[in-house]
Parts: sequence; structure tokens; C-alpha cells
Amino acid sequence: MEKRVTFRGWWLPALLIAPQVLISAVFFFYPAGQAIWQSLFIPDPFGLSSQFVGLGNFEFLLSDKFYRASFVTTAVFSILVTLCSMIPALFLAVIADRLIKGSGVYRTLLIWPYAVAPAVAGVLWLFMFNTRVGVVSWYLGNLGYDWNHVLNGGEAMGLVVVASAWGRISYNFLFFFAALQAVPRSVIEAAAIDGARFWKRFWTIVLPLLSPTTFFLLVVNVVYSFFETFGVIHTITSGGPQQSTTILVYKVFSDGFVGQDLGSSSAQSVILLIVVGLLTVIQFKFVEKRVHY
Amino acid sequence: MKKSLLGGLAASTAILFPMVASAQAEVQFWHAFTGRLGELVKAQVEEFNASQSDYVVVESHKGNYSETLNAGIAAFRAGEQPHILMVFEVGTATMMAAGGAVKPVHEVMAESGAEFDADAYIGAVKGYYTSTDGEMLSLPFNSSTPVLWVNRDAMQEAGVDPDTDLSTWQNVGAVLDQLKEGGEECGLVTAWQSWIHLENFSAYHDVPFATRDNGFAGLDTELALNGPAQVAHLTAMGEWARDGKFIYTGRRNEGGANFRAGECALFTESSAGYAGISSEAEFEFDVRPLPYWEGVGNAPQNTIIGGASLWVMSGHEDAEYKGVGEFLSFLSSSDVQASWHQNTGYLPITAEAGVATRAVGFYEQNPGTDVAVIQMTAKEPTANSKGLRLGSFDQIRGIIDEELEGIWAGDKTAQEAMDSAKERGDALLRRFEAANR
Repeated sequence: MEKRVTFRGWWLPALLIAPQVLISAVFFFYPAGQAIWQSLFIPDPFGLSSQFVGLGNFEFLLSDKFYRASFVTTAVFSILVTLCSMIPALFLAVIADRLIKGSGVYRTLLIWPYAVAPAVAGVLWLFMFNTRVGVVSWYLGNLGYDWNHVLNGGEAMGLVVVASAWGRISYNFLFFFAALQAVPRSVIEAAAIDGARFWKRFWTIVLPLLSPTTFFLLVVNVVYSFFETFGVIHTITSGGPQQSTTILVYKVFSDGFVGQDLGSSSAQSVILLIVVGLLTVIQFKFVEKRVHY
Repeated sequence: MKKSLLGGLAASTAILFPMVASAQAEVQFWHAFTGRLGELVKAQVEEFNASQSDYVVVESHKGNYSETLNAGIAAFRAGEQPHILMVFEVGTATMMAAGGAVKPVHEVMAESGAEFDADAYIGAVKGYYTSTDGEMLSLPFNSSTPVLWVNRDAMQEAGVDPDTDLSTWQNVGAVLDQLKEGGEECGLVTAWQSWIHLENFSAYHDVPFATRDNGFAGLDTELALNGPAQVAHLTAMGEWARDGKFIYTGRRNEGGANFRAGECALFTESSAGYAGISSEAEFEFDVRPLPYWEGVGNAPQNTIIGGASLWVMSGHEDAEYKGVGEFLSFLSSSDVQASWHQNTGYLPITAEAGVATRAVGFYEQNPGTDVAVIQMTAKEPTANSKGLRLGSFDQIRGIIDEELEGIWAGDKTAQEAMDSAKERGDALLRRFEAANR
């Protein structure tokens, strides 16, 4: 059964949604429209002239094997960042939820990393893993492991994933923790009386009840890993070594602001827009079916 | 999307301009220098402002080289461009192609009537910034060229005579073997790998880096960096990397930290590294000419420059351009140039500044500071060693960096890597050609 509140007349609802519509129009529809328009041209950097090329920019991009490879890199990166930021967050939230004393302190400490800007987080991790002066790479060297993310693509990927996921754990923790608090105690107590142990209760009761939160975080984290990890990649690897950490959004930046090729850069924004749109549709269509509200 | 973003950025920076009394014509000067170099630029500007009362030059720092260029472009799109914009040598082709956005320096100087002699600049520097018909388009500002830095103490410790001749890569190869046997863990390290080991390498051996006179003769240029000379050099470097004799530290000048800390014996880096190395190094060091392969090409030809020049942007008042002319004339004067060279380690870019510096005994007191000058000016530049003029070059360097990393990691042979760099770089050159047709 669905409950619905209806308004009489149209002006009040229109007024209420107006700010959101206005913000979307100014900050989303207008720039997105501009990107689509510009993606059809090859302009010169100064905006003095531009040539209409139709879908030429898209052809140029899709025939570039490095651009196609960047889709795979992005997929690997996003999956890893999403997993590495959600699983530890859930684990920490469950532990913190069980605490009776001092949970406030833990909560505060766990939320701190979220306040660190991605670029700053990148620099922090870069320092720890710096091949020359890094603390972690020094310990690894003592253990006989030669850490060198400037030449080893796998290590570079690992480093940017950890640096991107780290601050995000706090954000996810916050949501998981709130959701855990909302799980009805009576259900858990009933299961406990029936003899279900902690992990049994977690798998069969708590996790299903968390599914709306998990789903929300999944969507949000995928979008995060696609768009907001730019700062981390820029400070740690600049997309290298070779092209091992060049994700799609980094290429948008480097073509647009290093190469001054605004046509290609706009075309990439459009492709990115389509990819993320499709991903979100897929998530809502297939994953959401398994979510119990 | 980009346009509005850039416009907004420019508008927000415009608000930050300091207010100046309106009686004097104001000249905006955007540059990329911080720290000691930033202070020196500020001092130059203050000296000029104090020397006359008709114009006021306002300097502002706009980030690193790439960011400064971006800020200038964004500002131009928003109609808020500065009068003078500092652009690094890599952005030269971009600026030259932007006909309507810039006012060539020779035009500014002729109209302003300020004292100026384009021929005062040394050929290798001037050639980089002049049009094919010999007109100066931008004013050379800071220029440097790569040299070999030697840690004498590290050589001694490894049992190698620190005075060994290192003028050829053949000799360097032998020394690297000896260093390794002597227990040195980091024989050779480099900064700016593409600039030193490909761009300057090609000029120094008088082989083309790109066709059409390295891009000077037209936009239809193609990369030629996969030639036998370059591939042989990179193959040798790749072998040194595999044997742990050449250590790769990153795409920019990360290696400088290793060298200054005394961890590496040899370091290929810009001559402008002098300020940092002389103040931090706690060991005896030498500046030597960049090595060359004996018997390859016409080596040693001359090396080329890195650094920046000053571009005058279009769309301002005549009175202001007069001020620009006066300021550029002031900058090109021998005294200003000589003190800039002595303070920074950048090359003396006018012949007079070099003579004046030698006359005061600077080179005797600071041995090695003239190595770069000699290396660049010993021979008349050829079509292969005049410089590079390639569009999207900042990005092409990124591609070259990626491919070089493939060689150092042992994933690719030098030939494979350079063939791929050519293919990918050429695609960008064609796009640049299309955008500036």
C-alpha cells in the first residue's frame, strides 16, 4: 500500500522544486549542453576559431587503443576503490556498534579522514610510499621487497586505490553506523534467544536490513571513484607508469588542460556522462531488485 | 562546459588584481616563479617601477608553467588577459599558432620606440622564439640547458678517479660499470628524461627529433624520435636500468633529491639546478658538459634550451603597450641580464651579459657555471639543433614519458617504445594541425 501526499493547485509544488531545478539547470544541464555542443568541434585553445567536425572527435577517441584501454583501467580502479572503501567501513561500523563505552571517541576518530581533501590525501600516501624517503617503502625494503611504484604499474594502481579509498571509508562508515543503529533491537534479541550467534545474526538479519544503505553507498562510491579521485591520481602518479593509472576522468583533464584540446576533452566528458548514466540505470534496474526496504 | 569554467576562473582571478593609481598606465605581468626566483622577478619589477613614473608593472604568480599558460588562455577567452604572459618553451608552438591572441614582440618594440636590439640575444636562444622570417615573436626570459652533474665524493668512494673523462656516453658506460663494482647503488639518475635524453640528445647529435626542421618549417611535422641514434641511446640506457646502474625516479626532477642527498654519482639535469645543488650538496661536485656518443651523428653539435619567454597579448591600449615596450627593453638590458644569470644559474641570454659576467670574474669564483654557455654556443645551430616547435607538446612529452617508462621497466624494447611514441604523438600533431589550419 502506498501513501501519497497530494497538493492542491500547482504553484506551491512548483515553488518548492524551483530551487533544485534552478541549481540543476545552472550547474548541470547548461554545462552538459555546452559539453555536448563543444564535442562536435575542434576549437583552437584561445577560442579564436573552431571547426565543425561532427562526430570526428568521437571517432578519433574510439579508434585510439589507449583510450579504449583506459575503460578497463577505470573499471578495475572503480571496483577496487568501491570494495576497499565499503568492506572495511562495514567492518568498522559493526565493531563500533558493539562498543558500549567510548564509541563516541572511535566514531570521531574514524570520521576524521573524510575531512582530508583528495589531493592532500594523495600527497600523504605518496610520502609514505616514496621510493626514496617513504616510511612504508623503507620497511618493505627491510623485508626484502623492493617497492617501486614509479615503474611498477600494479603497485601504482594499488597505491592510488588505497589513497582514494582511505578517506572514503569514513564516509561509508558514517552511513553504515547510522543504519546499524536503526536495526530494531527486538529482532536481534529474538534471534539471540533462539541461539543464533553473532556472525549468524549478522549474515541473516543485519546485512539484509542494511541493504538499502549498501545500495545507496554502492551508487555513490562508483560515482566517486569515477569523478572525484582525480586529485589523488594527479598528485601520486599523473596517470603513469606507462598508462597504468590513467582513468577516464584523468584523461579528460590532461587532454583539456595539458593538451589544450577542448574538442576531445568535451567529447570525453560526454562519453563519461553516458557511461555513468548507463551504470546508474543498470544498478537501479538489477541490483535494486535485491534490496529490501 | 569548459568555456564557462575557464571564464569563471579568469573572472575570479581578475578580482584579485591589486588596485593602482589610475594616472599611470598599468601593465599586468603573469609569471610562473615562486621562491627565490619569484623574489628575483619581483625585484626586477620594483626596480623598473622605481626607475620611471609613467607606467606601473604589476606582477602576479599564476602557478607552475602549465597553470600559468592555462590561466592566460582562460583569461583571454574571458577578455581579461594580462599584457605580458610567461610561457614555457613547450607552449611556444601553441602561442605562435594563436595569431590573433598575441602581439609579436618586434611589433611592440617598433611601435613603442623603446631601445631594443633583438640581435643582442644569443642565436640559440633567439632562434627558438623568432618566426621563420627572422622576426622576434616573444622575449626570451629564462633559459637553461642540460649538463652532467658529478658527485666527486661518490666517485672516489667507489674507487673511480673523479677526474675521469666523462664527455662521451662510451666513457660514462665504462664508469658506470666501475661504480657498480665499487659498490655504488645509484650510478646515474636523470631529471626531465624526454627533454634531456631525446630532445637535447637529438639536437646534440644533429639528428632530427621531428620532420620539417623540428616543426619550425610547418605544422605538417611528424616525430622522428624513433631514428637509429635515439634508439641506440635508449637501448643502452635501458640496459643500464636493467643492471641497476641507471635509476629511474620519475618524470620531472625527482632525481634531484637523490643527487643532492649524495645518493647518486652522476645526474643529468638542467644547468639551472645550480642554485639547489650548490646550496644543499654536502659533497664535492662538478659540472660537466652533457655526454654524447662518439661517432654518432655530428656530435657534439649544440644543446637546446628549456625555460620560458614573455608573450605580449593582444587587445590592450596603445599607451599600455608603450609601457610594455619600456619594460621589455629594461629586461633586455645588459645589467639586468647579467645579474639574473649570476643569481639563478640560468644562461646569460644576451652576449653582453655573458661578457660582463666573465669580466667580473664570476666564472672563476663559481667554476662550472660557464659549461652550459659553452656547450650551447660553441657551434652555429643547424636545422636539427635550432629548437623544437611542436603543437600539443606538453602532452606529447607525457606520451614519451609513458613509453620511456616501458623501456626502463623492461616491458618494451627502445625501438617498440619509440615507434609507439611516434604513432601516438603524430596523432596529436595532426589534431593540432587541424585546430590551427
